[in-house]
Parts: sequence; C-alpha cells; structure tokens
Amino acid sequence: MNTKPALSSKKIIEFCEVSFHINDILPHVVISGISFSVAQGETVVLLGRSGSGKTTLLRLMNGMLLPSKGEVRVQERSTRDWDLIRLRRGIGYVIQDAGLFPHFTVAENVGLVPVLEKWNAARTATRVEEMLRLVGLDPREFAHRRPRELSGGQRQRVGVARALAADPPLLLMDEPFGALDPVTRAELQREFRGLVQRLGKTIVFVTHDLREALLLASRIMLLESGHIVASGSPQEFLDHEHAEVRAFTASLDSGPGGLK
Amino acid sequence: MSDWTFFAEHRAEILGATLDHVTLVLIAMVLAILIGVPLGMFIVHRPALRAIALGIASIFQTIPSLALFGFLIPIPFIGGIGKRTAIVALVLYALLPILRNTYVGLTTIDPAVLESAEAMGMTHAQILFRVRFPLALAFILAGIRTATIITIGVATIAAAIGAGGLGTFIFRGVALVSDSLILAGAIPAALLALLADFLLGLLERRLKVS
Repeated sequence: MNTKPALSSKKIIEFCEVSFHINDILPHVVISGISFSVAQGETVVLLGRSGSGKTTLLRLMNGMLLPSKGEVRVQERSTRDWDLIRLRRGIGYVIQDAGLFPHFTVAENVGLVPVLEKWNAARTATRVEEMLRLVGLDPREFAHRRPRELSGGQRQRVGVARALAADPPLLLMDEPFGALDPVTRAELQREFRGLVQRLGKTIVFVTHDLREALLLASRIMLLESGHIVASGSPQEFLDHEHAEVRAFTASLDSGPGGLK
Repeated sequence: MSDWTFFAEHRAEILGATLDHVTLVLIAMVLAILIGVPLGMFIVHRPALRAIALGIASIFQTIPSLALFGFLIPIPFIGGIGKRTAIVALVLYALLPILRNTYVGLTTIDPAVLESAEAMGMTHAQILFRVRFPLALAFILAGIRTATIITIGVATIAAAIGAGGLGTFIFRGVALVSDSLILAGAIPAALLALLADFLLGLLERRLKVS
C-alpha cells in the first residue's frame, strides 16, 4: 500500500527463533531460525520462489504446523498453548483453489464459521449477505448457487467472503489469486487492496509474484531456502542489494508495462 | 412341459421363495451397512486398525461361499442350520465392498477442501460428519450397490444350509436334472439383481456432488 496506515505497536504475530523441519531422523530443514513480528494493521507479503518456505511459515501461524524449535506467538500466546480450534476460528484463511465445500451453497460456505460459532440463523444470514456484497457478489443471484456454478474469480471472492465472515482480526492468504487469469487477477488484486484499506485487518499474504507484493504490501519479506533474506517497505525492497531481491526485480523488467 | 407352464403352476411357491430371498438379503444388507459404514468412518484416522479391518474383510471375500456357510455351521450361537447362519455369512461377504468404499470415499476428498476445513477451525468430528461423509456418500452408496448384487447371488447358495430362498429351486433342479426348476430360481434372482442395481444406481447419481 502506498498510504502508510497508522500502525499500533501491538504485535499480532511473533516468531522467536523458529525452525521447522520434516522428519526427525533425516531432518529436511524447511525453516531455520526465523524471527520477526507482524504488527496490527500491517499487510505483510511473504515473497519467494516455490519451496522457499512461505507456505510453511503461514501454516505455523494458525497451528496447522507447530515449530520444531522456537516459538510462534499469536496475540501474545504461543501456538503450543492455544486451543487450536479457537485460534483458527479467529483467523481468516484463503488458499489458491478457494477450497470451497462443493456440497454447500455459496451462502452456507460463507456462513461456515458463524455457524460453527453458533451464531443464530438471522444474524448469520445478515452477515452472509453483507459479506457477499462486500466482495461484489449480489446475494440474490449468488447465495443459492453451488461452487461448481461459479467462475474461478467468483469462487475466490466467495473464499474471501468466507474468511471475513466471523470478522477475524487476522487474515492468512496463500496465493489466493494465483490460479486466476491475468485480467481477473488484476481486478481482484485492485478490489482486495481497497477492501484491506477499508477493513484495517492484519494480513499475511503469500505470493511468488513481485507485482502483487508491491501492490498489496505494507512490508515485503523475501524468503530464500527457509531464511528471510530481505525485509522492508516496497520502496526499501526495490532498493535492496541482495542477489535474490535483484533476481525478483529483474523479473519485473522482463515483461511490458512493468510497475517501476 | 414347457418352462412357462411350470412357472405358472408354481407361481405361488416362486413368489414365496422370492420374498424369502429378499428378506434374507435385506436383513444381511442392513446389518452389513450398520457395521461397515461406521467402521469405515472409525478407521479414517486410525492406520493400525485400518490395516486389520480391511485385511479381515478381504479374507472373508476369498473364502468360497459354500465353504463359508459350511464353516459357520458348527460355531455356537451364530452357527447351526437355517437363516441365522446364512445371514452371518452374507454379512461377512457384503462387508468388504461397503467398508472399503466408505474408507476410500472418506479419504479421497479434495485436499484444498480438507485444508480449508481444518484452517477454519473445524474439529476432526465436524470435518468427518459435515465434510467427508456428505462428499463420500455417492461412493459409499456405490459400495452398497456392489455388495447388494453380490449378496443376491450368494444368497442362492444359502439354501444349501436350509435358509430357504430362491436357491432352494436351484439345488432341487440340479439334483433332479430339471432346467425348469433351476430357472425358477435363477431367473427371479437375476431380475432381483438387475432391479437392485438399477434402483441403487438412480440413488447414487442423485447423491453425487461434482
């Protein structure tokens, strides 16, 4: 984002010397010794190539993975101490294929967490309508459709609506626009940027697309082989000298109409 | 005497045996479903038990049906001559397709759906009952359909241990070298299998979620 939001110093997420490896016998290190924090209202974009550890980092934040070493703290409590069901209900989550439930209607998908949280039917219905409007879908037209009756872009909008339904302070997004065609992707990125500015959520966003990172991020963190190699505002990032940063910025120049 | 006049003269007996047959199959199927579906759900998150349950169910399938009926006769409580033994054997036969399809259906769900279910804070039980089960339903029903057709066929052999049903005509026909008698058992059994296949197929298509 170009406008600098007023950030409070409250830390929503804190990584303290976090390592994560798969398989204890022949450890394959995915993340090693990472420390950083995310303050309330920030949009942090985790940028990196495939296999750099971005998704692992994201999954450590909602306790889908627990650190092998170190501690991940969400709202000042370690993910080891959280009731993971409670933790996850307070975190919105959007993934590349949206992961909508095919046997649920759009309305049922969006209302999932409110229903799990035992909101009454009227409150849930109102909230679902509100969320669908927020992501630009007319409830009268879309509420009763099934996911298979939607385009890729519409499915992703429903995915965002579902993540926001219970009004979580934190959103985790794993390449949510990655599978869309370029035109739809640009459309959703622009709308999402507007949405973020209005709602003031804290967002951690994973992508391998530098343009997307520059458009959405208040801070970009670049990962390479499980390490953070650069971190800073979009402008600081573009001026960074690290080889991997240069590799990413070089990708901007290759196409016509680069953002720079 | 043509087959048709034979069928006409014995229609009451044939109908009675058909009803017996249907009863036998229905009781066995209800029991097999009541055991197979919950067991399939139970082993989703229990790998050790899964190997044992699927292994045992597979072993029953490999025993020739006539031998299985024979083996059960001397066993106390469930054994002996008659319907009860036959039903136990039919349940053991029907179990594998139901159990296996339930398990496979519950575990071959789109990973993105399971990931978002978990990430939104659904418990294991909620994911099992609200996501996995409804999405596996068509698959489970396909297993029930296979099991029903097998059971209708195998139930003809149950007549060998005095359980009645359409097999009675077949065994008598073989003993008396009478084609009419054999057909009086075989034709209704085949028609039952076709009918069950058709009806369950309809239901299966209706339940399929793409």
